[in-house]
Amino acid sequence: MQLTVWTYEGPPHIGAMRIATAMKGLHYVLHAPQGDTYADLLFTMIERRDARPPVTYTTFQAQDLGRDTAEIFKNAVAKAYERFQPQAMIVGASCTAELIQDDPGGLAKALALPIPVIPLELPAYQKKENWGASETFYRLVRALAGQAVDRMPREGRRPLCNILGPTALGFRHRDDVIEIRKLLAALGIDVNVVAPMGATPADLGTLGAADFNVVMYPEVAKAAAQYLEKTFKQPFVDIVPIGVKATERFVEAVAKLAGVDPAPVLAGAPSRLPWYSRSVDSTYLTGKRVFIFGDATHALAAARIAATELGFKVVGLGTYSREFAREIRAEAAEHGVEALISDDYLDVEAAIQAAAPELVLGTQMERHIAKRLGVPCAVISAPIHVQDFPARHSPQMGFEGANVLFDTWVHPLMMGLEEHLLGMFREDPEFHDGVAPSHLGGKPRESSDAVEQATVVPPLAPSPAPATVDSITTHSPAPWAVEAEKELKKIPFFVRGKARANTERFARERALAIITVETLYDAKAHFGR
Amino acid sequence: MNAHASIPATAGCGVEIRQEYGQRAVFCGLTGIVWLHRKIQDAFFLVVGSRTCAHLIQSAAGVMIFAEPRFATAIIDERDLAGIADMNDELDRVVGRLIERRPDIKLLFLVGSCPSEVIKLDLSRAALRLSKSLAPDVRVLNYSGSGIETTFTQGEDACLASLVPDLPSEPAEAATSLLVVGALADVVEDQFARLFAEMGLSDVRFLPARRANEMPAVGRNTRYLLAQPFLTDAARALEERGARRISAPFPLGAEGTTRWLQAAADAFGVDPKRFEVATAPGRKRASQSLDHYRERLGGKRIFFFPDSQLEVPLARFLSREMGAELVEVGTPYLHRAHLADELELLPRGTIVNEGQSLDDQMDRCRAAKPDLTICGLGLANPLEAEGLSTKWSIELLFTPIQGYDQAGDLAELFCRPLVRRTRLEV
Repeated sequence: MQLTVWTYEGPPHIGAMRIATAMKGLHYVLHAPQGDTYADLLFTMIERRDARPPVTYTTFQAQDLGRDTAEIFKNAVAKAYERFQPQAMIVGASCTAELIQDDPGGLAKALALPIPVIPLELPAYQKKENWGASETFYRLVRALAGQAVDRMPREGRRPLCNILGPTALGFRHRDDVIEIRKLLAALGIDVNVVAPMGATPADLGTLGAADFNVVMYPEVAKAAAQYLEKTFKQPFVDIVPIGVKATERFVEAVAKLAGVDPAPVLAGAPSRLPWYSRSVDSTYLTGKRVFIFGDATHALAAARIAATELGFKVVGLGTYSREFAREIRAEAAEHGVEALISDDYLDVEAAIQAAAPELVLGTQMERHIAKRLGVPCAVISAPIHVQDFPARHSPQMGFEGANVLFDTWVHPLMMGLEEHLLGMFREDPEFHDGVAPSHLGGKPRESSDAVEQATVVPPLAPSPAPATVDSITTHSPAPWAVEAEKELKKIPFFVRGKARANTERFARERALAIITVETLYDAKAHFGR
Repeated sequence: MNAHASIPATAGCGVEIRQEYGQRAVFCGLTGIVWLHRKIQDAFFLVVGSRTCAHLIQSAAGVMIFAEPRFATAIIDERDLAGIADMNDELDRVVGRLIERRPDIKLLFLVGSCPSEVIKLDLSRAALRLSKSLAPDVRVLNYSGSGIETTFTQGEDACLASLVPDLPSEPAEAATSLLVVGALADVVEDQFARLFAEMGLSDVRFLPARRANEMPAVGRNTRYLLAQPFLTDAARALEERGARRISAPFPLGAEGTTRWLQAAADAFGVDPKRFEVATAPGRKRASQSLDHYRERLGGKRIFFFPDSQLEVPLARFLSREMGAELVEVGTPYLHRAHLADELELLPRGTIVNEGQSLDDQMDRCRAAKPDLTICGLGLANPLEAEGLSTKWSIELLFTPIQGYDQAGDLAELFCRPLVRRTRLEV
């Protein structure tokens, strides 16, 4: 058993729903107890869809367990087919139905419907949402893409590709697709099928006609792309074009596969991020300590952008996507930190606390942690809430995506002059230490020493020492002299947590009995900023 | 299996009660945690279930997602199912970690779910064992909020029922006391306490109390009044402790509130004059505030999808006090005895539909084209997109709606979507 305060991913059948809801003409019959229809809300409320997801639930109850739940399932499949007339169906079980073992695949097959019915095996006690989405998409592609295809000869026509990966309930998938289409159009490449978003089962039957595939989200579509590579000899690009550099590499890779010239697309200044980041107003961003957590795709991209395009210092990097742990570990090594591979919210909380960052880039869950610690935060990855399905165009990918990222990540930080003045004058009654950035309302913090405060709010369960950087929790540190404590308060609050930790570590390593003002400055000189 | 079975209408009231079976678009009882964990300030709710359960509560908790919640899930994994790990040891470990993190917790509910019920994990024994090891700091109770056994608000019923055997006993010679049962907004609870006091009933208690160690005593001299229509098991548990129910409609709207208070006054022999004096100001204010909305709701045709069991009392309020017309009143479960006074007050010929077959019910709703449809969040936006005005029903559990001074607010909740529709020009 695992104690779970917040969960980063839903169960795997939610992943399957994301595929079914993204597509058209596909219906999903889910063997599930009464109550599991809560999942509809994710789509109708969080993503604000205007139609019910194409999902029929059996919603069995306790009194049904004594009777024939298999019969209930068969009836539900038959009725769903009759009512919705889909081109294809997927059938499967939720976690509780998995325990009663009714074999949805076999039962549906026995009905001999005149459409493809694809059974899903999604082990709910082992796997999670993204795996469920990936597996469902892979099964659909396997079942519907066919075995062989007559591809038109390349001469005399524009190159043709598929775009794979965007789903329902995906973080900015809607606008990312627009950006990818824009890039491909500018390169002179035509799009054959976008899937699963907007595709029908019949569309999946034509996947083989494309020359190559673009994998937007490896978490969802890499398995399907590998299958297509094997079956149709379609190469694929899985460089995720989030960030300026990544977008350039993506354009070059796609252009190479398509045999077109990338130069016109890369010419000029396709994104404003590089200039904004070079303009002197951004100088104060240099070395800002940032902690990054999310799904692997977005965390990897964010780490590179933070370090090489915005000039931040990455002090923590992690993901809940175990499938991509290797890539995250490699990236973390580049930044000199140890990767945090965990889906335990409490571990992430402890790691953030230990790293004492000035900015957290994470999911909806990291917003909770950052709020509690009083640290600025921006959302870069699912899980997300309704405000991250905005009405306005807000991609993460491509050159426009980079513009969005610059604005979003810098926004929660205090502006440069404000930061300087706070460092110089400490007793201004309105504009003092510990107020939030004034453009965000400037409400007083609960404590003038947010990071310090965090160590006394509900004690954290002992968790495996988050190995990101020096831990502030080990052993009892030397006591602070009163003047030293006062002097510490003069350090701007967003770096104060780090200064405290460094000084205590400095004192510990030298076995000092007490921390004085001298110790504070000795430590400062020793570590540098 | 989705056929209607018309069963004989309840004697005398002229209401047609139908039953329906099929796909149900309702929450499971775990959802009750979303408001209960705020009502009982030092309680914690630990669901023993799957990732689906954890995902459900975190999705349902929606807007208050930023507060430090007093609920969590112990997620069963394959090691537990394969018997590699002893589930009881695992549960003890998880509870240990939890109590360490939240030492302020005095009452811990182990909440059963579909997976834990299907594998027959004995949470009541686990609660006993943990209660012993954590005594005296933490008491541990258990109830089931599983979807296979409970629908939405029935989770509160199960929770309160689990509290009842644990309530202190009233001395046998105690004077007759009044117990109001059902989680109410604090402001509503305080208003009712004042009204009862003005009627001369000083010994009035509420279940659940706001703190674990302040739960009311119960005994043979306890008379209880249900404030919510979904408290079947809690009522039964109270009867087992010797308490007796005061039959009444529910305190929604001016009329409902008066009849509810009147039932208590009659049971305790309150002088009619004193009742009149105590309730007159409230009745006046309620009727004043309802006047604002009567024109807007009068004659409107209303369709209820099943959700919380509040549907019948709400339909009664809307038809009798606001002049609305009832197309269909869906309810997930109908307790014939507890709702008897309500059913009496519904207009003759009202169709009350117990249970659900979702697609068939949506077909009926589309065909009827009601002016306002009360439904869950899974249906609301899709029906709006089809051109129907909807009021999402879950809000009725999260908003103070009972009593005189909330009657106007209650009417306003139903008016708001109609007003909004007339305002928007885009």
